[in-house]
Amino acid sequence: MYVAVKGGERAIENAHRLLAHERRGDRDVPEVSLAQISEQLSLGVDRVMTEGSLYDRELAALAIKQARGDMIEAIFLVRAFRATLPRFGATESVDTGAMQVRRRISSTFKDIPGGQILGPTFDYTHRLLDPQLAEGFAPEQPMTGEASMAATPRVTDILGRDGLIEPSPEAEADSIVGDLTREPLSFPADRDLRLQNLARADEGFLLALGYSSQRGYGRNHPFTGEIRFGEVEVEFMAEDAGFAVPLGAITLTECQMVNQFKGSATEAPCFTRGYGLAFGQSERKTMSMALVDRSLRARELGEEVVAPAQDEEFVMSHSDNVQATGFVEHLKLPHYVDFQSELGLLRKLRKEFAEAAEVPLMQEAAE
Amino acid sequence: MTTVAELPAGFADKVLSAQSTFRSVMDAMARPGSVQRIAAVSGTPGTMMRGTAAVALTLFDHDTPVWLDKRMSATPDVAKWLKFHTSAPVIADSSISSFALIGDPQYLPALEYFAFGSNEYPDRSTTLILQVESLAQGPSLELRGPGIDGAVILRVSTQPQDLFERLAINVSLFPRGIDVVLVDDDAIVAIPRTARLAAREG
Amino acid sequence: MNAPAYNFAYLDEQTKRMIRRAILKAIAIPGYQVPFASREMPMPYGWGTGGVQVTAAILGPQDVLKVIDQGSDDTTNAISIRKFFGKTAGVATTTATNDATVIQTRHRIPEAPLHGGQILVYQVPIPEPLRFLEPRETETRRMHALGEYGLMHVKLYEDIARFGHIATSYAYPVKVNARYVMDPSPTPKFDNPKMDNCPALQLFGAGREKRIYAIPPHTSVVSLDFEDHPFTRYRFDAPCALCGAGDSYLDEIVTDDKGGRMFVCSDTDYCEGRQSAGHRGSESAVPHKERAHG
Repeated sequence: MYVAVKGGERAIENAHRLLAHERRGDRDVPEVSLAQISEQLSLGVDRVMTEGSLYDRELAALAIKQARGDMIEAIFLVRAFRATLPRFGATESVDTGAMQVRRRISSTFKDIPGGQILGPTFDYTHRLLDPQLAEGFAPEQPMTGEASMAATPRVTDILGRDGLIEPSPEAEADSIVGDLTREPLSFPADRDLRLQNLARADEGFLLALGYSSQRGYGRNHPFTGEIRFGEVEVEFMAEDAGFAVPLGAITLTECQMVNQFKGSATEAPCFTRGYGLAFGQSERKTMSMALVDRSLRARELGEEVVAPAQDEEFVMSHSDNVQATGFVEHLKLPHYVDFQSELGLLRKLRKEFAEAAEVPLMQEAAE
Repeated sequence: MTTVAELPAGFADKVLSAQSTFRSVMDAMARPGSVQRIAAVSGTPGTMMRGTAAVALTLFDHDTPVWLDKRMSATPDVAKWLKFHTSAPVIADSSISSFALIGDPQYLPALEYFAFGSNEYPDRSTTLILQVESLAQGPSLELRGPGIDGAVILRVSTQPQDLFERLAINVSLFPRGIDVVLVDDDAIVAIPRTARLAAREG
Repeated sequence: MNAPAYNFAYLDEQTKRMIRRAILKAIAIPGYQVPFASREMPMPYGWGTGGVQVTAAILGPQDVLKVIDQGSDDTTNAISIRKFFGKTAGVATTTATNDATVIQTRHRIPEAPLHGGQILVYQVPIPEPLRFLEPRETETRRMHALGEYGLMHVKLYEDIARFGHIATSYAYPVKVNARYVMDPSPTPKFDNPKMDNCPALQLFGAGREKRIYAIPPHTSVVSLDFEDHPFTRYRFDAPCALCGAGDSYLDEIVTDDKGGRMFVCSDTDYCEGRQSAGHRGSESAVPHKERAHG
């Protein structure tokens, strides 16, 4: 006697209860706090804010905790919350040239006005597991000194003064900034939308694409003009007041790639740009983003589109890890109705094949 | 000068009024020629009918540029009310409008002045909201097409009567075209671009 | 902390307006995929976010909602979505096809004929019927603009040349109102004829791909085929083992590891309705409610 399967509702409830239990882990181990996540897993929080498109350290830390450290799940939680927030408008452009710099390096010049500032970086650490960190380690206080008042102009601006690099394309003053969360993408997409897509894009996906361009799939000869990380002011134009109101400071990483010159019969050769920007300290992300941004400018710069990283539809349609993980993981959902259709068709085709070829097929046990 | 306090009200219950109005408009669009009722109540500026006001409150916002005909723009009341309750930009160029409010069909410009969309994006077209004299009496119009089981007869009274002949342009334009919502007080009828129209005796 | 507070049917009013406008255009241009600014929903992309957004935009307090996945009201994702709307919109829910005003579905059209007071909302993973023949949106958009569907006919004809018939058993392409080629979502082709001249409004939501499309009531929906190879509906050899129905789509149940199989209705409401009306199949049993899961 066959009994139809029922009881999905209770199964779901119990599974979620079990998940909450597993999330907590061994209850004899102290629970991790949001402050601990925010302070000690800060680069993870930065990534969740960047790809989640929401600058809120506390919510990002909560998302990481709720997601048990699964970064894409955490990004998804933040995105779903962000989607319900009212939108008041766009801020004024942030001035990264006026950034309170905590780290700033250029690989194109030995020294630059304002100096190279190494800052907190994994660079030049030896990747040896450090047993001291296992527990109760109090690091030495960092060295301090007088804050320099020297200006730190962007390296690309220095190159730009001599006309050695193409001017950064300026948007028209009154043009509206595109927002792919409010207007569905259509192709070809302008650079504002491409940059927004790349800023939200999965770090690993951009890393691989940027890497592929370095290995010759759409090579564009990049130099790291500058990476800078620090605080910038955010201002919002209050129409009623008639002036820009400061909202506070946010931490950003910016990467400007300087790419091989081009030129034509009518234009003098000059360097070209690739741009990356992310919340928090996100160097790998911004470098990868800058490489892919430059690759995606192929059409605009009259280059032949030959490699995946240059293919706007390919890159932009597959860069979003929340979309990607949803669709990949939806294969877990039942598909038995379609599978039944395919089973029926396959049986029919095999039967016809056997009849035509007069070859006996292995008999299916069910038949 | 009108102050905000003097403006006619919007929906008392924004969420549920917008939902019920949308369902009336959707049913109208899905069943061309059928008369649907708008139950939601709001204030109405100038010569705007109840149905028109409800449709505006339900579908307009700052992403939908709106064009007003001479009757609707005769006084600033309508534009002010729309701006306050919906944030929709009221524009002078009908060819980029998402919606056009026609208070008096005599002032309806040639349809070519509105957006038909493109063959790639036929949805980027203007929807006309057109106030008529009656959706209960008047000459009979036969409609056929998607949403209609065979044919349906609509009685509609409006000036100028050649409106429906002009809408024949939808046949040759498809998938580009103009969708129309007719309003008589709290009654609405939709004529999407797929509807095929013919005058009938009686 | 920015504690969340959610609106009726979850979506904010601005999002609903945007989706509602897209739905109206979709109805006015049957079979055309209207782009819309799909939001991140609290369930993953690919799990019904398009259908959920459409349902949230149309649903009102008077509605009675039914949600099915694979034809069943009791599959986990159907339960999850039904609970979501029960919680965020407080609407009445049902499993009875005939009582529902809004039916959200994944992969099936109910067996019971739909009526004019109903709206069927489909969850769509890939809305573009030409996508697997031409991956580029810019190209497929041009083909739809020109009504140039030769590529699809070539694909179907290649099937015939190779297999003797069209080897597409689900997501079988249709032509709507003699103009747009449309993906019916991954329903088995068995369900295609139900779409034609259907008295109910059919709405399709694809969240990840950000498209909404529609079939108004009483609209012509024709499965693509050739004169010498007409469309055929999949037929089962045996009736449902529970209710004896000979006209329904059946699931194959593996009953043991020795090749034992039985076939039962995929539409659980249809099957239960027939059983309570006294119809019996070869293996009938009274289905349990809420069987405990270990």
